[in-house]
Amino acid sequence: MADKSDLVLEVKNLKTVFFTNSGLFKAVDDVSFTVKRGETLAIVGESGCGKSVTALSLMRLVPDPPGRIVGGTVTLEGTDLLALDEAQMRAVRGNRISMIFQEPMTSLNPVMRIGDQIVEAVRLHRAMSAKAAWNIAVEMLRLVRIPEPARRAREYPHQLSGGMRQRAMIAMALACRPALLIADEPTTALDVTIQAQILALILDLQKELGTGLVLITHDLGVVAQTAQRVIVMYAGRKVEEASVEALFADPKHPYTRGLMASIPSVPASGAATQARLNEIPGTVPSLVRLPPGCAFAPRCKLAVKRCQDEYPPLMDWGGGHLAACWRAADVAEVA
Amino acid sequence: MFAYLVRRLFLMLVTLFGISVVIFFLLRIVPGNIVDILFAAAGYVDPADKANLEKELGIDQPLVVQYWHWISGFLRGDFGYSYVSEKPALQEILPRIPITAQLAGLALLFSASIGIPLGVISAVKQGTRLDYALRVVSLSGLSLPSFWLGLLVLTASVAMFGQMPLFNPNPQSFGEAVATYCIPAMVVGFRSSALTMRITRSSMLEVLRQDYIRTARAKGASDAAVNYQHALKNAILPVITVIGIEAAFLIGGLIVTETVFNIPGVARFLVEAIRWRDYPIVQNLVMLIAVVVVSANFIVDMLYAVFDPRIRYTD
Repeated sequence: MADKSDLVLEVKNLKTVFFTNSGLFKAVDDVSFTVKRGETLAIVGESGCGKSVTALSLMRLVPDPPGRIVGGTVTLEGTDLLALDEAQMRAVRGNRISMIFQEPMTSLNPVMRIGDQIVEAVRLHRAMSAKAAWNIAVEMLRLVRIPEPARRAREYPHQLSGGMRQRAMIAMALACRPALLIADEPTTALDVTIQAQILALILDLQKELGTGLVLITHDLGVVAQTAQRVIVMYAGRKVEEASVEALFADPKHPYTRGLMASIPSVPASGAATQARLNEIPGTVPSLVRLPPGCAFAPRCKLAVKRCQDEYPPLMDWGGGHLAACWRAADVAEVA
Repeated sequence: MFAYLVRRLFLMLVTLFGISVVIFFLLRIVPGNIVDILFAAAGYVDPADKANLEKELGIDQPLVVQYWHWISGFLRGDFGYSYVSEKPALQEILPRIPITAQLAGLALLFSASIGIPLGVISAVKQGTRLDYALRVVSLSGLSLPSFWLGLLVLTASVAMFGQMPLFNPNPQSFGEAVATYCIPAMVVGFRSSALTMRITRSSMLEVLRQDYIRTARAKGASDAAVNYQHALKNAILPVITVIGIEAAFLIGGLIVTETVFNIPGVARFLVEAIRWRDYPIVQNLVMLIAVVVVSANFIVDMLYAVFDPRIRYTD
């Protein structure tokens, strides 16, 4: 077990629900995890599995209505964020916990200069003059390797490319040196070459500043390059958790296995081209009407009667490798 | 930015030229001229006298020549003579302008200072009772014609205070000044404040859904900072457009309100001049209004550039 003092974030039994016209659904259902100082935790899953809502729940930015956090604790550096009032929470947001979003093109305010947007983040949490904050903004832009930071700080978002804007977002998120950074699909909207640069930048800065990182992605390639530990989510629940090595070496949940099989591989020269990409059949079930048993059972080749009737608990397969599957023992042989 | 300004200015001049042509020829299409009306009123027809008078007023000349006389005079500030009062048209128009300008300015100020904050509140509190109440008020503002609202206000003030807020050119006290200008201005501005509120609300709702609003919250910004600094600055563009258009429509509202409140402004004077086919007054006055409207549009375009850097930097 990790040394308690090393923990930046401890999430226990987090539950976030949405009240919609078609009924109540649990977007995040009983999810627990921890992040250590300087550690990267990846949260993986398909669209709609609850990754982003988990991230917004940590920031307490789930739109309410329709969403609400109904249970659990989110402990950041010893403080339960869910117990804070809104003013106290504002003092934490952007200060101790920051977030980078998926869409750099739309996540910056189009009518404010880049520098001013970073200055705002700084001055919300640090008592300092506008000039001193501006210098920090320029310094942050330099830190995220934007060329000519002093000039760029005076520009507006539309004058920057997507990759530059994401760098500016990172600069803004890290301006107050937060203990935890949440990156929600930070590279999804970018060109492949830029993706690699941005990921490398996030990891470098994380190392430099000792920030804990929660990286939300659907890209297992990114996970393999960046994370130490991984959570796989399906239909609002954590279905598997393991170190990166253990997960890639021996995935215990059929869903994780399916995700890995869907990574397209380049055939060796001379080999026959793969006719079709592998996919997981079916779609994520409606969260309003989840089956009583395992939510993945309808799409699972290994599903047995028990899978449909009873939800499998998370079981430890050694070394903190958790998986919620009745057939986890048989996954390796059958698949 | 400079190229944008020059292009707008050029467009403005072209527009004004077009408007002047339209004003001039439309007035001549209306059947009957001042001479017809005068002679019909007198019940006396001598073609020679009639021709003399037409010649004296210059309306026997070809239209193009008449147009040239008018527009060159207008540019020099020589507006000709009123057919009716036979005084210089400029002297008739000028003293009336400040009255209407103050009314219009107050009405716009009223509509912006009431409409924008209420629109923001309505958007932020979307779906609450307050939002519904504000929307009902704004709907009534759009539905009530200003002449009827004006009459209601007059009737109500008689019923409650026993007197009417009639126009007083030299108000003795602050209260009188308020009654003289503010009440009619509010009556005219009510409609545009309602419109401003609705546009602000829908524009804010659109902006509040944007990703950068979430970013601002993630920074730890307060609700007030998010709503007024981040959201309103983005939502204000359509509102500016509407206020600009309203500034133009205001003239229509003022004609009625000046009549109801018996205010000797430009708008009411224009209607009287049209009845008499008093061309020098009408065409110069309409042309002046056109200049105001086109200038309002120009200001709106400039404000766009001020508020939106994407427009400022495209050149």
